[in-house]
Amino acid sequence: MSKPETVPAPARQTPSQTIGPFYGYALPYGGGPELVPGYHPRAIRFHGTVTDGAGEPILDALLEIWQADESGALSRELGSLDRDGFTFTGFGRCATTIAGQYTFTTLKPGAAGSAAPYILVTVFARGVTHHLFTRAYFADDSALHATDAVLSQVAPDRRHTLIAISEGVVGGAESYRFDIALQGENETVFLDFDAAR
Amino acid sequence: MSQTPRPRPGTGPASQNEITAEIEAIEADAAARVAAGASPELQPRRDYAPYRSSVLRHPTHELVRVDPEEVERFSPAFGHTDVNLLESDLTIQHAGEPIGERMTVSGRVLDGEGRPVRHQLIELWQANAGGRYVHKRDQHPAPLDPNFTGVGRAITGDNGEYSFTTIKPGPYPWKNHVNAWRPAHIHFSLFGNAFTQRLITQMYFPGDPLFALDPIYQSIADADARARLVGQYDHSLSVPEFSLGYNWDIVLTGPKSTWMESEDADE
Repeated sequence: MSKPETVPAPARQTPSQTIGPFYGYALPYGGGPELVPGYHPRAIRFHGTVTDGAGEPILDALLEIWQADESGALSRELGSLDRDGFTFTGFGRCATTIAGQYTFTTLKPGAAGSAAPYILVTVFARGVTHHLFTRAYFADDSALHATDAVLSQVAPDRRHTLIAISEGVVGGAESYRFDIALQGENETVFLDFDAAR
Repeated sequence: MSQTPRPRPGTGPASQNEITAEIEAIEADAAARVAAGASPELQPRRDYAPYRSSVLRHPTHELVRVDPEEVERFSPAFGHTDVNLLESDLTIQHAGEPIGERMTVSGRVLDGEGRPVRHQLIELWQANAGGRYVHKRDQHPAPLDPNFTGVGRAITGDNGEYSFTTIKPGPYPWKNHVNAWRPAHIHFSLFGNAFTQRLITQMYFPGDPLFALDPIYQSIADADARARLVGQYDHSLSVPEFSLGYNWDIVLTGPKSTWMESEDADE
């Protein structure tokens, strides 16, 4: 039934297909965008708008974030889908609104490994045949950015697309804005982790 | 979404023949690259004009190739405290039985070395037997089934195995071009052992006459690669007097999937 193990591994990879427009009853879930409750003393707002090549908001995108905790550790805790309000799992999922906006409530990550702190952001949408990965770094950590392996590899005129803008305290929490442009003048830098080297 | 496309040459939605010609030209281009020594395209093209929604939604810059850091080499942990075992049966979510051809789809989730992806989250969603989704933006005139939502979740087992009980989804029309129809399919969402293995894809059914016409299925220009999206009918998985069995194994990987292995990480 299963294929012989001698087949080269990459040749058997299952390809991606678009998420399409109709995932709404399946993938978003209650608490998905709230990695911590809004009343957590160090909760941050991580938000932005997703736009297409015409600058129009994308109202049917799904974003996932995955990040280290404040100490830079990656959570091994269960409970991302059924949050208890106290355990930080590091994973969140948010569908964009009809204005193309998303908002997560989370903690500012610490540095994991040798990279500057960042949130890994994954973008799915109708018309996106294969999800797109990007990283949201924080302007506050600019001292660490000069030596970051990814930021130093990106063309200087595009580097800003990987950096969340600090908006100060808004509504009681530090707010960071990270807009995502799939195309256009400020096209976000998207990352390919499979083809390096 | 609510208007019927009115074809006007040059300005309106394309005809199926025009879309098919675009699909065939891209496939010929991909085949010529392979003949010239390039590797087959294992993933869909992000810039795939026959699928009109991709035109304004693909990056125009090349992706920046980077090594994964620790964040990308780990994945969220999911488990049975997140997902009820009953969520893998899509036919028991309402008062009555859904209408349609009862089926099971089962298989294993593997990494690129053939090792099972254990205890990870697998989610699926699909149209009902009439080809209609429970979604307010799906307004095409096929009936909703009050006994079918079309959503399931499970956690893979010790050998990466999964099994869902559902009904076979119907094909449905969409607005990509005039008389566009999606082949019947089930959407799958998967997590691996590293976030780089994250995958959302679609499983199709063998022998669908709509394959050649569908710009989403055909967005994978290599015929062998896209054939991996087709589940296989397996009579040994059919249950007498009850359900038809399909098998579909899912391989979650790129060529650089083995980041968790220390012998590879050292290189």
